[in-house]
Amino acid sequence: MQTAQSTAGTKATGPSRMELDTTLKAILRDVLGLGEDQVAAFDAETGLFGHLPELDSMAVAGLLTEMEDRLDILIEDEDVDGEMLETYGGLLAFAEAKTVET
Amino acid sequence: MFVEWPASLPDGGVSGEMALTFDRARERRLLVVPPLFEEHNKLRRQLVAIMRNLDRAGFDAVLPDLPGLNESGEPLERQTLSGWRHAIDVAATHFGATHAFALRNAALLLPERLPAAIHAPHKGAQLLRGMVRARTIAAREAGREERAADLLQTGREAGLDLSGWSLGPQMIRDLENADCRILETDRTIDPGEIGGAPLWLRAEPGEDASQAAALAEIVAAFMGAQR
Repeated sequence: MQTAQSTAGTKATGPSRMELDTTLKAILRDVLGLGEDQVAAFDAETGLFGHLPELDSMAVAGLLTEMEDRLDILIEDEDVDGEMLETYGGLLAFAEAKTVET
Repeated sequence: MFVEWPASLPDGGVSGEMALTFDRARERRLLVVPPLFEEHNKLRRQLVAIMRNLDRAGFDAVLPDLPGLNESGEPLERQTLSGWRHAIDVAATHFGATHAFALRNAALLLPERLPAAIHAPHKGAQLLRGMVRARTIAAREAGREERAADLLQTGREAGLDLSGWSLGPQMIRDLENADCRILETDRTIDPGEIGGAPLWLRAEPGEDASQAAALAEIVAAFMGAQR
């Protein structure tokens, strides 16, 4: 397994959930202009689309594009549904699945 | 402060376009490559703040308009990325630039030879992907289903309207493969050197004096140290 060795542990299994959590919160903070304290308080149940006034449809486009850039993933049209954007936990689970898949 | 410059057009013609200049015929002169489309609107004020800082630090700077963008009278749908790259080379010569600066998607247009300071470059394919996504999401909100792959296929042959930006077929094809050229003499600026949230990620245009000062300081050091 030469590839697994040369790319080190992180790529084979994707980044850890904690790393992903930190990165995703930073993306939400930067794209939506939220405060550090506000994103730090996000938990799995925190509502996103329909709950955060900053997250309108144009911001969704920016959010997904920045997730692609920073997490090195590709998000397809059919991936985008209400569930993935409904709560922070849903978005984190989606990001985790994508990074493992990539 | 505002001058006209002879921008080249893809068909070989010339168009008089506007340029914003801080020009006191100083030795070191910076060509600020204009970001494209929405990023231009979001970042223009910040770019001008950076230019003002550089002016105070003793450097000339020029921000030229491209044909088809900003105040230009030329139709956007007839422009191509290679045409804009050529126009930027023309601007570099016309204004006697010694260095270039590119923020975000402006890095797609860097002049061939000038040493450049580059911050947060964005690839053409990613730019296009983001623009297409904005359109499919808007369509979905309006109750229409559009697929990114279908839109791109149409765009390659007939051009595409993306959030009000009317892109011709060659522009779509150019963007799909466009990347930033980085020379050995370039200075790439990492986000960590600037701090704060990147302005181009926000939905609305903004400004940040401390980020502008930090970027200007790095660009000034680069221009001062290198010719």
